[in-house]
Amino acid sequence: MENILAFLNEPAVTMVLLALIPLVFILVYALVTIYFEMKVAAHIQNRLAYMETGWHGVIQPIADMLKLLQKEDIIPTSADKFLFILAPYLVFIGTYASFAVMPFSSGFIGSNIDLGIFYLVAASSLVVVGLLMAGWASNNKWSLFGALRSAAQIVSYEIPGVLAILGVVMVFGTMNMQTMTQMQDGGIQNWLIIGGNFPLGQKLALFPFMFILFIIYLLSSMAEVNRTPFDLPEAESELVQGYNTEYSGMKFAIFYLAEYANLFLVSAIVVVMFFGGWTSPFGSFMSGTVWSAFWFVLKGMSFVFLNIWLRWTLPRLRVDQLMYVSWKVLTPFALFCVIAIGFIMVI
Amino acid sequence: MIETPIQAIKTSTGRILRTEEMVVNMGPQHPSTHGVLRLEVVLDGEIVVDVIPHLGYLHRCFEKHCEHMTSYQQVIPYVDRMDYVAAMTNEHAFVVAAEKLLKIEVPERVHYIRIIMAELQRIASHLIAIGTFGIDMGAFTPFLYYFRDREKILELFEMTCGARLLYNYIWIGGLSHDIPPQFVEKTKEFCTDFKKTLKEVNDLLNYNEIFIKRTANVGILPKDLAINYACSGPMLRGSGVDFDLRRDDPYTLYNKFEWDVIVGKGEMGTVGDVWDRNIVRQREMWESLRIIEQAIATLPEGDVQKAVPKRIRPVPGDAYGRVEGPRGELGFYIVAEDSVTPYRIKARAPAFVNLSVINAISKGAMLADLVAIIGSIDIVLGEVDR
Repeated sequence: MENILAFLNEPAVTMVLLALIPLVFILVYALVTIYFEMKVAAHIQNRLAYMETGWHGVIQPIADMLKLLQKEDIIPTSADKFLFILAPYLVFIGTYASFAVMPFSSGFIGSNIDLGIFYLVAASSLVVVGLLMAGWASNNKWSLFGALRSAAQIVSYEIPGVLAILGVVMVFGTMNMQTMTQMQDGGIQNWLIIGGNFPLGQKLALFPFMFILFIIYLLSSMAEVNRTPFDLPEAESELVQGYNTEYSGMKFAIFYLAEYANLFLVSAIVVVMFFGGWTSPFGSFMSGTVWSAFWFVLKGMSFVFLNIWLRWTLPRLRVDQLMYVSWKVLTPFALFCVIAIGFIMVI
Repeated sequence: MIETPIQAIKTSTGRILRTEEMVVNMGPQHPSTHGVLRLEVVLDGEIVVDVIPHLGYLHRCFEKHCEHMTSYQQVIPYVDRMDYVAAMTNEHAFVVAAEKLLKIEVPERVHYIRIIMAELQRIASHLIAIGTFGIDMGAFTPFLYYFRDREKILELFEMTCGARLLYNYIWIGGLSHDIPPQFVEKTKEFCTDFKKTLKEVNDLLNYNEIFIKRTANVGILPKDLAINYACSGPMLRGSGVDFDLRRDDPYTLYNKFEWDVIVGKGEMGTVGDVWDRNIVRQREMWESLRIIEQAIATLPEGDVQKAVPKRIRPVPGDAYGRVEGPRGELGFYIVAEDSVTPYRIKARAPAFVNLSVINAISKGAMLADLVAIIGSIDIVLGEVDR
């Protein structure tokens, strides 16, 4: 027993264990969200979805996962084998690494670094490399199409997204995500979407710009995670399945996992920036280490729900329209907001 | 339309790099070719340079089969299998041609029931057309809303003849049997319910901002081109040509009812674009409902099997009968010799004719537009290949 405790107290072991927490969270969250998405989609569309496996089909995601594990792992003969195998893991690593700076609760953050949100933007960009790799290595024209679209889309939408983040960083004066959250503590009136914890005049001046930045970031985050109406990289009616057409079995599952993890990641960024992160909406009521984790996940999941809702309601945009939205609408608005916020913060 | 020239760049080492056109094989196993259509697409980036359709993956020698029956009546199940989402219409077209050949007058009740069935089938077929078109545009939900209502039509058919897809209900000279007693009431119920869904899907899909952006001014089929390619049905009417066989070549009693021919007006873009073709289908369903409601209200009494011939042996000759199917003019040309089986049957399949225009209207469009164009043509490969 003592040996085990001593082993657990080794700094290296503690670090690994701490790093495993987000991984476990991602795995559990992915299973829950797959079920959630299927059920929400089904109820939007007047159906029931899974009903057979377990009560209302609750263990269906596990069954799906087991099925994918058993599947033959096909690598096309003409594929670039090394890149083909590497790609899904690279995509997942990019997403997983980003979870390191996510303030899950007042008591837990993987790595409380001062460059938090900057690191996050950089790490999640790794996903593009993975997608391009997958598309190229598959040696399939449709996959390549999907990968190129994906790269173009993610790179273009990162610009308004990062500009929106810049605006928020200017307001807080920090990139540390834990500090950002703490600055919004004290109830719903201190959340940045309402204008943040500032004197009334400044708050009123900030409010419209924060709202615009929120919309801009929400849209670009949807594009970044390839959700409808921006799901062109995997538009199944045009490109069959996009970059992951040739993938099967566990590699396909990892793409899926990364996609869902990414979905929560961008939702969590929205929550941290505009909706007070893990802070309770009722001030000190229902706050504390555990409660704050609850609030964080709840807020994150409500944005995941918003994404699912939109996905099953809206049609898809075309490539040129997608680029138009990014470069001619979102980017100028974001730039304008950043300048205006600069003025407000100086005054 | 966007034109991008093929560019060549000379590198510092003297190698010439040039952009190339890419040939992509779209189908036969592609989610949005609506079956086993194979398109050879030449692409310059995302822009379509050329489209070559390859057919025949679902060829079942339908026309040849019909020459080897033991009776004309036996051709009808084969006709069902041509356009499997509008089997009633196929039967109707064949029966119209056969009755012309045999010079049979059918009772008025048969005409009425045939009209009700044909219009229900038109609605069912348009529901699939618009629903799958929605999927092509990335909107999955309207498809399931429409399938829920299509199910009600299939239940009506099942109640009538026991089959849900391939009916063998309309016979030469009549019907296989009369409609069941609850049919009238259930059809009325369906008509009231369905109007709600039509409005719902208009909000969700047809007047959705993104949907309009995707479909307006895409795949424009001008009036003269539509006529030159012998397009028919919603394809032709979407291009602004006011032509409907139900009104202009009355093969049954459509003129007794009040209804309008829907023509594309180019409300959201140019006349003859993808949006127009889609909205023509949407509004035609409304008109079909009007026809059904009137026919149900004035349904005459009578024996539906009175004119069914016991033995069919026509005088040698030929006849061409055509009806306005959901996809356009569906015609059967029957050549009879002194025998109980036809010498030759030729089907004029609207989906096949409409598909031929694809090359002319999709040049210069983007890959995503090509999918929209295929969806708006509303092909059924069973009918294209026969």
